[in-house]
Amino acid sequence: MIAHAADAPAQNLASYNFAYLDEQTKRMIRRAILKGIAIPGYQVPFASREMPMPYGWGTGGVQVTAAIIGRDDVLKVIDQGADDTTNAVSIRAFFAKTAGVATTTTTPDATIIQTRHRIPETPLHAGQVLVYQVPIPEPLRFLEPRETETRKMHALEEYGLMHVKLYEDIARNGRIATTYAYPVKVEGRYVMDPSPTPKFDNPKMHMSEALQLFGAGREKRIYAIPPHTEVVSLDFEDHPFEIQHFDEPCALCGAEQVYLDEVVLDDKGGRMFVCSDTHHCESRRAEGHRGALLGDEPAFGDQPLTDKEPAL
Amino acid sequence: MYVAVKGGEAAIANAHRLLASRRRGDATVPGLTLEQIAGQLSLAVDRVMGEGSLYDPELAALAIKQARGDLIEAVFLLRAYRTTLPRFGHSEPVDTGEMLVERRISAVYKDLPGGQLLGPTFDYTHRLLDPELAGDPPLDAPETAADTGERVIRVSDILGDEGLIEDDPATDISRPVADITRTPMEFPMERDARLQTLARGDEGFLLALAYSTQRGYARSHPFAGEIRIGEVDVEVMIPELGFAIVIGRVKLTECQMVNQFKGSAKAPPQFTRGYGLVFGQAERKAMAMSLCDRALRASELGEDITAPAQDEEFVLSHCDNVQSTGFVEHLKLPHYVDFQAELDLVRRMRAEHFAKAADDAATDVAKEAAE
Amino acid sequence: MPHTPPSTTIYEGGFADPVGASQTVFRALMDAMAQPGTIHALPHVTAPPAPLTASASALIATLADADTPVWLDPALTKTSAVRDWIVFHTGAPITLHQSEAAFAVVAAPEKLSALNGFALGSQEFPDRSTSVILQVATLTDGAALTLEGPGIKGRASLAPDPLPQHFTEQWKANRQAFPRGIDVILAGPACVAAMPRSTRLIRPEA
Repeated sequence: MIAHAADAPAQNLASYNFAYLDEQTKRMIRRAILKGIAIPGYQVPFASREMPMPYGWGTGGVQVTAAIIGRDDVLKVIDQGADDTTNAVSIRAFFAKTAGVATTTTTPDATIIQTRHRIPETPLHAGQVLVYQVPIPEPLRFLEPRETETRKMHALEEYGLMHVKLYEDIARNGRIATTYAYPVKVEGRYVMDPSPTPKFDNPKMHMSEALQLFGAGREKRIYAIPPHTEVVSLDFEDHPFEIQHFDEPCALCGAEQVYLDEVVLDDKGGRMFVCSDTHHCESRRAEGHRGALLGDEPAFGDQPLTDKEPAL
Repeated sequence: MYVAVKGGEAAIANAHRLLASRRRGDATVPGLTLEQIAGQLSLAVDRVMGEGSLYDPELAALAIKQARGDLIEAVFLLRAYRTTLPRFGHSEPVDTGEMLVERRISAVYKDLPGGQLLGPTFDYTHRLLDPELAGDPPLDAPETAADTGERVIRVSDILGDEGLIEDDPATDISRPVADITRTPMEFPMERDARLQTLARGDEGFLLALAYSTQRGYARSHPFAGEIRIGEVDVEVMIPELGFAIVIGRVKLTECQMVNQFKGSAKAPPQFTRGYGLVFGQAERKAMAMSLCDRALRASELGEDITAPAQDEEFVLSHCDNVQSTGFVEHLKLPHYVDFQAELDLVRRMRAEHFAKAADDAATDVAKEAAE
Repeated sequence: MPHTPPSTTIYEGGFADPVGASQTVFRALMDAMAQPGTIHALPHVTAPPAPLTASASALIATLADADTPVWLDPALTKTSAVRDWIVFHTGAPITLHQSEAAFAVVAAPEKLSALNGFALGSQEFPDRSTSVILQVATLTDGAALTLEGPGIKGRASLAPDPLPQHFTEQWKANRQAFPRGIDVILAGPACVAAMPRSTRLIRPEA
């Protein structure tokens, strides 16, 4: 299920470099990536560029991907876990056009996966790179808006404020009320923002086989988690970290222990829950799994996404 | 069977076709030319060049046309193009004292060498809509004086000669010139980087902050020492030649605000400066910038930081409209995964709340029965 | 700074395909840095003047530019050829001070007495540190090092040679400065491995 973009109109793009960024910018980003890998969880400042998509729409992830991608790479782009959300479609098309690389929706086939808000359900394998789009890279930002202060707190490993905040949650709500962008500690040193993924995905970051790179374009920061690195969600002995649990399986593929989207079916309170990871759901259905709502319908997950007409 | 709504490539392409059609408007009306935009909406072009930080009236006009007149979108288009251009180096400091002035006014002297030169200003126009402009009425040719080539002394130099105003900070020429497009922000920020940031900051944001300083939030007793608009030479040092050559001219608006300062044990009483310099004719922006610059010098001048306009991180981190618009508008993107997580939590907490309430009620009933 | 005109050779031996070559070299290095102890093949894409090796020159041509001062060890500065080649092909300024270097290239690691003269970064900005490229003859035939840390599943082993004097002790000190510290890039024959500052050296029997 790999779409090749060999017929990309290269002659029309003569004024832009391979993968859009000029080589000097790529070098600058590459140097930041190497530092990020060497200091897991530390936010490396980098001279983020204006990109042809708006700040806040994935410019950091796009710059990281542009700096690492090569002609032989196979790229997957997801937003909310789905390959077919508009911004994912737009970013995938950007790289198909500017880098002429092959794209895919199949998680294991991808060498680079750029994501917003989710980590794929299929465990990643060695050699894959997961690139996160990050809006606010500073986990302490909502406790202390000043960069000069948060930088000091990281330098001194002074994370008491974060624990106080989480504990206030417990005092007020009886539990930690953070459900996404749940802070983690990397390799026992830096407290890090995992990007606004649901906390359901936090355990997938721990000891991952894949390299995880984080790009925040507007905030001009890059950070990284190498493979096989300890990533621990902050918690308390009497209030251990726990992930969301769904009461029912995916209505389409029957999957359990996956993250589900709630889909409103009518105006009478009818709703169903389906996999947020579209590739995971489609491949399960292709394997013959059937959820409650799919019944005896034939599987359609074996068609590549790009051949499908958008059903608007 | 349920079919999820998919925003595929075709949907995006169709949306963009509709956008192109809406941009063009009524096809029976001639389309705008770039000459018309650059020539007749020149202040919009100047604003886009300034905040886009690229001096190219033709491209700015194109950006305005493509953006359907949305100036922040036009700034963004210009920035995204600018960032792909190779950087050859930096110019020598432009000498605004050598500016060929088209407008030059000072609020602190009645008359001064070089005179008050009103130039093409809205000042003193009566803001009455002119129905004739609905057509294309003939105009009287403007009165212009012959260019005498005389240097027009800057007001700050007049004050400076008497020592009444602080000197411009001495420039350490061995230090590399800041370039905010190539270096991430770092606080505290040096003044060169700060002025660059303000120069391409959003006019509306800086205007509001400048206004706030006048209303008591970091009052600086400002006087408009001088505002001048005109063209200056841009010179670039060519190391192989060993001297600078002129590579072109740009139109600039410069504002020097003169502000009160009490002096200190070390320094005699002196006026202080706030500085604004912007591409094109952009007087409101240059004035707002100079007030903000002065407010942001608070810590340098040993003043208490009490107001938003003095707060370096607050002002400089939020004045860029390309960043602001991107992040505010990104809320349009789907966030349903995170919302699901919140939804789940709120439902569980509500369920616990009602269960506890029911529990308590039952206990109360049992208590009453026992009593 | 006047010096004798370089021979034409310094103008040759750069990337023929700068976009593709630098991407390939970078990905090998990124993978090496992300998985300390693993060895990654480098393509033969540069032909520098001796004693700079093809691997080390490909790495420096990939990483350095006008924004990154480069320090060269005495073995590389016996003649001006290496310096001139790097300046011409990358535009990087050459610095005489280890503490100012973004990158250091070391042709004779065994003569490098101290690692702590390089920039280690600050506690606030630990990234402002030197990445040290050591030219080594082998990554597999030297004395074995056992590595632990981020990027390593369990333990990894690497046997580079030559290494700086008292490398194990020096590396321990480097690790103790974390998050400050240098990162070491080992440029072997047609291959690269890395030891980021997060890597711990342990005695194999421990």
